[in-house]
Amino acid sequence: MGETLALLSDVLVRATPLALTGLAVAIAFRGGVWNIGADGQFLAGATLAAWIGVALGGTHLSLPLALLGGAGAGAVWAGIAGVLRSRFGVLEVISTIMLNFVAAFGVSYLVRGPLQEPTHVYPQTPSIGDAAQLPVLVPGTRVHAGILIALVLGVIAWWAMRHTAAGFRLRVTGANPFAARSAGLVNVERVTMRAFLLSGAFAGLAGAVEVCGVTYALYENLSPGYGYTAIAVALLAQLDPLWTLAAALLFGVLEVTAAALQREASIPSTTAAVVEAAVILAVIAVAGWRTRRVEQHA
Amino acid sequence: MHALLGENGAGKTTLMRIAFGMIHPDAGTIEIDGAPRTFRTASDAIAAGLGMVHQHFTLVPAMTVAENVALGGRGRFSPDEARARVNETSARTGLQIDPDARVSDLPIGAQQRVEILKALARGARILILDEPTAVLTPAESRELLDRLRAFAKDGGTAILITHKLRDALDVADDITVLRHGRNVWSGPADQTSESALVHAMVGASAVDASTRSDRANVLGGPVLTLDDVTVRDARGQVALDRASVVVHAGEIVGVAAVEGNGQHELLRVLAGRLAPSAGRAEIPANVGFVPEDRRRDALIGEITLLENVALRGAGVRRGRVDWRHMRRETEDVIAQYDVRGGGTATLARALSGGNQQKLVIGRELEGASPALVVENPSRGLDFNATAAVHERLRAARENGTAVVVYSSDLDELLALADRLIVVHAGRVREVARDRETIGRAMLGADLPNG
Repeated sequence: MGETLALLSDVLVRATPLALTGLAVAIAFRGGVWNIGADGQFLAGATLAAWIGVALGGTHLSLPLALLGGAGAGAVWAGIAGVLRSRFGVLEVISTIMLNFVAAFGVSYLVRGPLQEPTHVYPQTPSIGDAAQLPVLVPGTRVHAGILIALVLGVIAWWAMRHTAAGFRLRVTGANPFAARSAGLVNVERVTMRAFLLSGAFAGLAGAVEVCGVTYALYENLSPGYGYTAIAVALLAQLDPLWTLAAALLFGVLEVTAAALQREASIPSTTAAVVEAAVILAVIAVAGWRTRRVEQHA
Repeated sequence: MHALLGENGAGKTTLMRIAFGMIHPDAGTIEIDGAPRTFRTASDAIAAGLGMVHQHFTLVPAMTVAENVALGGRGRFSPDEARARVNETSARTGLQIDPDARVSDLPIGAQQRVEILKALARGARILILDEPTAVLTPAESRELLDRLRAFAKDGGTAILITHKLRDALDVADDITVLRHGRNVWSGPADQTSESALVHAMVGASAVDASTRSDRANVLGGPVLTLDDVTVRDARGQVALDRASVVVHAGEIVGVAAVEGNGQHELLRVLAGRLAPSAGRAEIPANVGFVPEDRRRDALIGEITLLENVALRGAGVRRGRVDWRHMRRETEDVIAQYDVRGGGTATLARALSGGNQQKLVIGRELEGASPALVVENPSRGLDFNATAAVHERLRAARENGTAVVVYSSDLDELLALADRLIVVHAGRVREVARDRETIGRAMLGADLPNG
């Protein structure tokens, strides 16, 4: 029983950053922004959240400030790519990937330099103050309130994309910017920039939630590639926010059970990666097949 | 040379896609030179000597003419060989084109020549052309049809899918008319007449599209005002040169021009879609606009008809979208403008070109805007639909809307417009409603320096 509970809690803890970064990717892709850099934005968010959590750890405002600061840092990190695209025509596929490396090495530097814990033994920051930590939802497990944040934001994103004028603008801009501009008189540049910022904010928030809810400190390799897996999560969900939550849960199950299988039955955990890839290929194949059928009947 | 006629959605394109192996027939056979053939893919059809020129070009814009022609070949790609093949085919057919030109730099008419050349370079003996003249100016159409005639005289077969009766009667040897997927008339072109064909195409309810309803002129105040407006294109070239135009409430102003003379920019400034580089433009906020390139500028294929109708006004909408209201509006447009082939939840790309056009026109006309700018309103539409659209445009005028219509079809302009302006080399002038005068002005032939 305790074993099952531990597995379940691991799944939820693993699914939370995947859900938030998955939403980040889904929002960007829907808006025609090919943000491959959720990982870098995740680290930017985690870094600022850790800094705020350490510096203001004692005050009540430190948790909301850490989360908001994380989202803001992610938005700024994505915004760099946004400005590069709108000002200089740099493709965000390239710039966001490059910014991932900048973020990863930036974290390496910070946790060995200015932000390193006082004993200078471990390459990580000191722990964030208690007040900056997300509350644990189920005592005895690691399940933290970040899960609720992901759930609520997922539902809001789904509702906003469907029912608000801004969400509609995002979708039509991504689907056909020419028609959005000409038929809808949509300010395509503004919508695109907002897609960058919002996507970055979700990824940055994911980083902040990870620091405030799970690790309580910033260190190298904080993200085992969440921002990249997020692309798979979002694509599997066909860029729908609600399905993104479900896909994140599925990937959480796959990755956690893979680790358990390796421990208990010596099945290599890379099997999970194989299954993930197979699932994505199957979804893409089915989607392609359905599209072709629609077109043949047209 | 065989012409295939029919209304929108009569099955012309479907039939030709079957012939080209893109769709598989549920029943029936295809015979070429008396031998039954089955095509599993388009490559089978190409191997059998068929060539297809689609309504929407299938060229790679970033590549050169020679590269586009070589595309789909087998084995190694050699630029010299590809160039030689283009030159050889050019010489053989008289279709002049620079093999090293980049397709994106070519005007529409030249792009179409590349399409035809592509098919011929692959050894096509049977050419299928889907609405080839729809995108061409009258002069370009004339030239294309002459080329096709010559191709047929040399022993080739050309199948021309068209709405234009005149083209069919002028150049085709045989004509087949489709209606609702059935072959309703087939025979030699010299054994039929325009009115007989109209009757075959549309059944009993044919409407003469070219009647102009004159009326007492109740002009309102100016709605669209351009004063010395200049537009430069991306390369800094002057596309529109100090244009001054006033369009009043309750009139239809026709715009005539040969492709690439600045009318594209003029219409976009009038529609409020393009800011002038210099000069003053007084344009209301929500001008209805029916652009020429509907698949790029007017519709989004991957979203539903409902969402496409909601696209109008998307830029200024706040808060929640009232989808229930939008659905009613969409249903109205579908019903009133006779949009066939789907409901509010259908994806726009599932509609035929003509029905897409009807949806766009319906959406823009129902927008209750003070002004309306329309480019080639009847492109891809059949008789009845064209007549219906013309009726709507006139009704909009009676209701006090300022209407601007551009058409590459002079008959359409004369049928609709109260006043005519001509754009030549970026300069705008008003001319008399007279075919000869307009034609000369479009070519700049009436100007002192030619």
